[in-house]
Amino acid sequence: MSTIHLHRDDEASKLGMWLFIFTELLLFAGLFIVYGVYRYLNPVAFHLAAEELSVTVGTVNTIILLVSSATIAMATTAIRLKNKQLTILLLLATLFLAFMFMTNKYFEWKGKFEHGIFPGSEDLLRLGHGDTLFFSLYFFMTGLHALHIIVGFVLISIVCYRVNNNSLTANNPVLLDNSGLYWHLVDLIWIFLFPLFYLIT
Amino acid sequence: MSNLNAVSFREEQGRYKGIFAWIFSTDHKRIGLLYLYSIVSFFLIGVLLGAAMKLELLAPGKTVMDPATYNAIFTLHGVIMIFLVVVPGLPAVFGNFMLPIMIGAKDVAFPKLNLLSWWIYVFGAIIALSSLFMGGGPPDTGWTFYAPYAFKTNTNMLPAVLGAFILGFSSILTGINFIVTIHRLRAPGMTWFKMPLFPWTLYGTGWIQILATPIVGITLLMIVGERVLNIGFFDPALGGDPILYQHLFWIYSHPAVYIMILPAMGAISEIIPTFANKSIFGYKAIVISTLAIAFVGYFVWGHHMFTSGMSGTALYTFSLLTFIVAIPSAIKVFNWVGTLHKASIQLETPFFWAASFLFVFMIGGLSGLALGALATNVHLHDTAFVVAHFHFIVFGGVGFAFMGAIHYWFPKIWGRMYNTRIATSGWIIFFIGFCTLYLPMFFLGVTGMPRRYYDYVENFHGPNIVSTIGSWVLILGLVIILTNLIRSAYKGEKAGKNPWGGRTLEWTVDSPPTLENFEEIPVIDRGPYDYRKNPES
Repeated sequence: MSTIHLHRDDEASKLGMWLFIFTELLLFAGLFIVYGVYRYLNPVAFHLAAEELSVTVGTVNTIILLVSSATIAMATTAIRLKNKQLTILLLLATLFLAFMFMTNKYFEWKGKFEHGIFPGSEDLLRLGHGDTLFFSLYFFMTGLHALHIIVGFVLISIVCYRVNNNSLTANNPVLLDNSGLYWHLVDLIWIFLFPLFYLIT
Repeated sequence: MSNLNAVSFREEQGRYKGIFAWIFSTDHKRIGLLYLYSIVSFFLIGVLLGAAMKLELLAPGKTVMDPATYNAIFTLHGVIMIFLVVVPGLPAVFGNFMLPIMIGAKDVAFPKLNLLSWWIYVFGAIIALSSLFMGGGPPDTGWTFYAPYAFKTNTNMLPAVLGAFILGFSSILTGINFIVTIHRLRAPGMTWFKMPLFPWTLYGTGWIQILATPIVGITLLMIVGERVLNIGFFDPALGGDPILYQHLFWIYSHPAVYIMILPAMGAISEIIPTFANKSIFGYKAIVISTLAIAFVGYFVWGHHMFTSGMSGTALYTFSLLTFIVAIPSAIKVFNWVGTLHKASIQLETPFFWAASFLFVFMIGGLSGLALGALATNVHLHDTAFVVAHFHFIVFGGVGFAFMGAIHYWFPKIWGRMYNTRIATSGWIIFFIGFCTLYLPMFFLGVTGMPRRYYDYVENFHGPNIVSTIGSWVLILGLVIILTNLIRSAYKGEKAGKNPWGGRTLEWTVDSPPTLENFEEIPVIDRGPYDYRKNPES
């Protein structure tokens, strides 16, 4: 039974990860279609609703995610340079930035909830169809994105743990590489969400 | 190690004992059989639900159940048959078992992920079926979960929708696994165009699984959002558009038809050359048409919605593309018939299944063109004609190919031969039952009998009786086939390595194969269906 699992193919693992990233992109693509259709049908309401969101918070979160993408990319190089401490440091920095992103998100959502804006709320119904759809999309899409941040957070934590106990080293960095790819995907999706919800006003 | 290699994968002693040696095994052959047993179980449940519907339609008015029960039963029949049986069907069972052997590999690229896919499949199935037993009653929307009814009904929609979402995940992971396996693990010398056709169709299927399934995944999540959070994407009361749901649903669910049929076509492309003792006619044409189906299949979803309200341009485009996607399928039929031309045919059970596949697939395909034409579609939409059409494709096409495949690869999987006389008589009864069951539904549909109704007017009585009797004949055939196969798996005569004279790699390994399939990875220097010169083994 054991002989069969000695086979290791890093190229295959990366190819598999890329294919998985395609599926993730398509998952969000469905939502982008819905966004596109309702923006086309309710241009004025979407325009006004977008002004309700804070561009500052959005920009800060964008910068946080971009920097975290850079830190994890550096971690994939650091592990190849056999610098264990730097790798762990960079991974911890990524985790910290992910945590910061989620904290900002929490306060942003909390602010909206306090103003009575959440899916199915009465205030939202009073504002009309366009606003309802805009904020439903906002919560649904950023919520799904936040879920991906959490998954990435868990993944990077596992990588960090395995680097620390030397089961992930310069000889087999593929799990770190794949986590990096996943994290870039999460980043990339945010790069589209940010202008769609915050900037087009 | 040579001693270890002499033991078949079924007798191999792993880390676990008993049933755990199976449900925790990462061996692709055991996982294939796990899928087989689960899929056949769900298939039998689906058949019983289908038979219950036919029983209700035996006579007008209430026969054995009330309308609400009928709605629940056709929904469950659809959900079980589509998401639990036909979509995973051939790829998960025969793809898992045969793909690595046919391309000369020891296993798939990610064996652990493969096992995880099966566990996700079982988990999704349990979630979906739990909707039966919770308060509120089983879902009654039809397997399409159309908005807005899917979030207005009080029945247990959440488990059904979440179950379908989870099953999609399993399907995606299998697709990724197969694509990477085919890219990375082909035996030395096996170039793309020396690869057998069943792996080719699995490759096309894998791409559809990856590129279409996420769309339905997110759409089902949106339905969950509608029910739980009132997000309003598809709710007209909140400004949403139910038609948008139909678009998103069919963007996946039409390509899903090709997830079902492509591996079926692949299995037929294996069976026909073996029993014709002849190289397949137009190998490259079959490969290219497989990829063409996978590609064009994305752009025809609108033909499910001709009566839902679309612009004229969209209607014409979708109708045209529907006719175009029929061409590659027709090319394949032409190639299979071309292979049989002037062949010395071995009349064995798998061949009968393949030949009857051609027959029912042609009827299914041509009736599909009647539905793809805009004028006739308006008349036939939502009638029994549609039901007959897709049963000819999905049950006739995929089901017959599955039966053919199991009779073809049975000696390889179990290392024993079944009783061919019983198997063939089972086939003929099943085939007659199938035609008696579904052919009348074409006539019922043309004369106007709607689908999904538990009742009908007196005019439709005659064909409905015939159809219901057909369902009993079909079940009789199914019982004969299954008993024969189960009995033979234990008591059949021992089968050799190559009982049919096949030329693909799976016929060069032991029956049943050893854990690692090959003692030595073979080097490939000939095409997959080379019947001209004698192969080495």
